[in-house]
Amino acid sequence: MIELEGLTKRYGEKVAVNNLTFTVRPGIVTGFLGPNGAGKSTTMRMMLGLDRPTAGDVRIDGQHYDRLKDPLTYIGALLDAKAMHGGRSAFNHLLCLAQSNGIPTSRVHEVLETVGLTSVARKKAKGFSLGMGQRLGIAGALLGDPRILMFDEPVNGLDPEGIHWIRNLMKSLAAQGRTVFVSSHLMSEMALTADHLVVIGQGRLLADTSMADFIAQNSRAYVRIRTPQRERLLDVLHGAGITVVEAGEALEVDGSKSERIGELAAQHQLVLHELSPQRASLEEAFMQLTAESVEYHAHSDAPLEQPEPWGDGWRKD
Amino acid sequence: MAATQVIRSEWTKIRSVASTVWTLSLAVVVTIALGMLISALSKSEFDDMSRGDQLSFDPTFISFAGMSLGQLAMIVFGVLVVGNEYSTGMIRTSLAAVPQRGTFLFSKIAVAAGLALVVGMATSFVAFFLGQAMLGQHKASIGDSGVLRAVIGGGLYMTLIAVFSMGVAVMLRSPMLSLGILMPFFFLISTILGNVGATKKFAQYLPDQAGSRIMQVVTPLDDDTPYGPWGGLAIMAAWVVAVLAGGYLLLKKRDA
Repeated sequence: MIELEGLTKRYGEKVAVNNLTFTVRPGIVTGFLGPNGAGKSTTMRMMLGLDRPTAGDVRIDGQHYDRLKDPLTYIGALLDAKAMHGGRSAFNHLLCLAQSNGIPTSRVHEVLETVGLTSVARKKAKGFSLGMGQRLGIAGALLGDPRILMFDEPVNGLDPEGIHWIRNLMKSLAAQGRTVFVSSHLMSEMALTADHLVVIGQGRLLADTSMADFIAQNSRAYVRIRTPQRERLLDVLHGAGITVVEAGEALEVDGSKSERIGELAAQHQLVLHELSPQRASLEEAFMQLTAESVEYHAHSDAPLEQPEPWGDGWRKD
Repeated sequence: MAATQVIRSEWTKIRSVASTVWTLSLAVVVTIALGMLISALSKSEFDDMSRGDQLSFDPTFISFAGMSLGQLAMIVFGVLVVGNEYSTGMIRTSLAAVPQRGTFLFSKIAVAAGLALVVGMATSFVAFFLGQAMLGQHKASIGDSGVLRAVIGGGLYMTLIAVFSMGVAVMLRSPMLSLGILMPFFFLISTILGNVGATKKFAQYLPDQAGSRIMQVVTPLDDDTPYGPWGGLAIMAAWVVAVLAGGYLLLKKRDA
C-alpha cells in the first residue's frame, strides 16, 4: 500500500506536483495516467525518497521510504531502464543491488531467469537493446520479492512481444496480491492493464476511480444510424421523444437505444443501412480530461503574457 | 541498513567496471616509470649540478617525481568512482536501494579509499626501490632517517588525492566537469601558483603542495615552509574532510 497525502513538489515558482492525495491498494494494477510533464515521474521519485516533497507526505506500508530496512524487499521500482552503469554486466548490476539489501545471490539468478536474461547475464548492459534494458530494470524491481511494485512507463520503446510480456507480468503480480503501480501517458495501454486509475494533469489529481467507472463515465455511448429515408425516420424518432443529432450523412442518438430504434423503424417499415452502437474512445475522454486541466491552469495562475503551458517538456516525464 | 551490506555492494560495484582497472594501472605504471626515468636522468646529471643543488639533492623525493603525472590517474579514478553514478543515472537506482545517503556515500568512499590505499602504498614502495636502483651511488636507503616516513607518506598522498577527487565529484555530480577542474588545477595551476612569489604563501596551503611535503626527506636550502611533513599531510587531510563534508551535505539535501 502506498499512501500520498497532500504531496506537493515545487521547483521555484513552478508547481510540478500539486497537493496529491490518493492511495494505491494491493491486489490490483493501479494505472497512473497523465500527459508528458504532468508530474508522474516526480511523484514516483518522491515515493522512493529520491526527491524531497516541498509539502505533504508519502508512506510505504505506513512508513517513510528512508525508514524501511532493506527497502528493495518492500518496494521494487523500475524508474528508468537507463539508470545503470553500462560497463557493468547484468549479473553484477543485480548483485550489487542484492548485496546492499542482504538479498542472497541465488535470487539474482532467479530474477534473471524470470525476465529471460540468463544467457546474457555476463554481458555488459551497454550492449543491451532497449527491451533488454527494460527487462534488466524489471529484474532489479523483482529482486527483493517486494509486496509493492512500481513501473514508470514500462512499455516505452518495447516491441509488441515485450509489451505483451510486461502486461501479463503486471497482471500476475497483482493477482498474487501485490500492489502494482504503473505509469503511462497512453490511455489505451492503461485500458488493457489497469483495474484502477489515477489521472493527473499539471500535477493535480483529476480522477481517482476504478477503470470500469472511468469507462462508464467518460466514454459516451451513442447509436449511429444511416438510412435512405432520413426525413421520415427523423419524424418517427421525434414523435417517440428521441433526440437526434445529425452527423454528416449519418444520424446519432445518445445512449444505447439501438433495440428501440430498430423496433420503431420496423413498425414504420423504414429501411436502415446501418444501426450500430458506438463508444467514444477512451483516448478522447482522457485528452478531454487533461486538456481541461491545462486550460484551467492557464486561466487561473499562469501569467497572460506567458501563454504556453509550462508543464510540457521542462522535465523528463 | 547494515553498513557491511552496503560495503559489500560497493565492492561489487567497484570491481565490476573496467575504469577501476585502467585508472589504477595507469597510476601505478606512470608513477613508477616516470620516477625511474627522472631518477636515471638525475644520476647522469648529478656531476653537472651546482654545489647547492648537490647538497639539497633528495633521492627519495626524486624517485616520486612520477607522482605529478600519476596523481592525475588517481584523480580520474576518484572522479569516476563517484561521477559514474551520476553520469549513468545509476545514482537513482543506488539511492532507492540504500536511502540512507550518509551510509551510501561513506561506504562507497571507504571502499574506494581502501583500494586506493593498497594500490598507492604498493606504488610508492615500488617507485622508491626502483627509483633508488636507477640513482646508483646517489641513492637513499629505506633505513635512512625520514625515508620510510616519506615512502609511506607517498602512499597516503595518492590515497588522499583520490578521496579529495571523490568529494569534488559528489559536489559537482558530473565527471567531465570534475575532471575539467581537477586535472588542470593539480597539473598546472597549483604548480604555477606555487612558483610565483606573490601567490606562493597561499599556494603552499593547497592540498597537493601541502601533502607532497611528506615525501621530502632533504629540505631545500631556502625553505621557509611553516609546516613539517606531517603538518603538511594534515593540511591535505583537512581539505579532504572539507570536500567530503560539503559533498555529504549536498547529497543529503539535493534531489537525486
